[in-house]
Amino acid sequence: MKNKMKLLLKLFLTFFKIGAFTFGGGYAMIPLIQKETVETNKWISDDDILEIIAIAESTPGPIAINSATFVGYKVCGFCGSFFATLGVVLPSFIIILIISYILREFQNIKAVKYAFNGIRAGVLALLIKAIISMYKKVQKNLVSYIVMAFSFIIVAFFDINVLFVIIGCALIGLFYSLYAKRRAEK
Amino acid sequence: MIFMKLFLTFFKIGLFTFGGGYAMLPLIQEEVLANGWLENEELINFIAVSESTPGPFAINIATYIGNTLGSQHGVLLGIFGAFCATLGVVLPSFTIILIVARFFEKFKDNKIVSGCMTGLKPAVVGLIGTAILSMAQTVFFHNGFSLANIITTEFFVLLGIFLLMLFLTLKAKLHPIIIIASSAALGIASGYILEII
Repeated sequence: MKNKMKLLLKLFLTFFKIGAFTFGGGYAMIPLIQKETVETNKWISDDDILEIIAIAESTPGPIAINSATFVGYKVCGFCGSFFATLGVVLPSFIIILIISYILREFQNIKAVKYAFNGIRAGVLALLIKAIISMYKKVQKNLVSYIVMAFSFIIVAFFDINVLFVIIGCALIGLFYSLYAKRRAEK
Repeated sequence: MIFMKLFLTFFKIGLFTFGGGYAMLPLIQEEVLANGWLENEELINFIAVSESTPGPFAINIATYIGNTLGSQHGVLLGIFGAFCATLGVVLPSFTIILIVARFFEKFKDNKIVSGCMTGLKPAVVGLIGTAILSMAQTVFFHNGFSLANIITTEFFVLLGIFLLMLFLTLKAKLHPIIIIASSAALGIASGYILEII
């Protein structure tokens, strides 16, 4: 019992650290997660990390949450996943709470307004970098290009709900891959 | 009831976004604009804040919007609003991973899951493209899109900052925080200079 409490605390603190020290989120968190869970605590193996990335890519939600829940479960069942997830969320939660008060206080200062004018142009550049790296991960075939063009055009120029597009494209991918498999078998 | 709405909206966002990073952006943008919770401009500002603070974008934006809406009713309700939105965005991942962790071997080679992913990955790229397009409009033409707004000095200054930052992030591979800090500095400098002219 005492050992279990100790392990839960350790899980919580480790993922708190991961949540507190990775800026930007997403794949930026993987190296620290790997270092803490594989090298330092030996909770999981390097192969597990690859599996977690594969799972995180095909389940909804942020990678940080997915991996915290997964590692926590492997180490200590449901309680483990609860404390690991709580740990990884808490730093963002606290920091953003503080920042939202500060933002509201300062957003009407002239210098801050000018700063954000520039920042928005910079953010646009960062988003273009993000979309390029996501584009590189997409399989290059005709169906991908069609889905990409379809989802872009239909949301940009027609007022279609993003949710329908997501579900529709998942179904297109499903039917196509089943069809491609059947043809390969013939 | 705003707190229930926060929870449900972010639950939906958490449930339907696949892939890390900005995969959530299109859905967040749609929900947030449709509910009138934030302007496009505030959303872009917040991306910069999220890049400069620890933690995933999804958690950060949920906490921020929850807090912003809740604090209209008081400080404590601000914290409660942040809690509802964050719980909403975390819960789908949490539940699904718990199930997957238990049935991992079956999940790993599942034809349906991998089939859906072949459609979802390119869809997310297209959707983020749409989000970027609408954000570009906000950044460059926040007074509305017209020929008169294209030939202003302000437009060229912003375009210059954008192109410089694009070069710095793609070619020089500078860290996002450095990109944000330097575009802030350029924004302040050019703002005061344009004021004098």
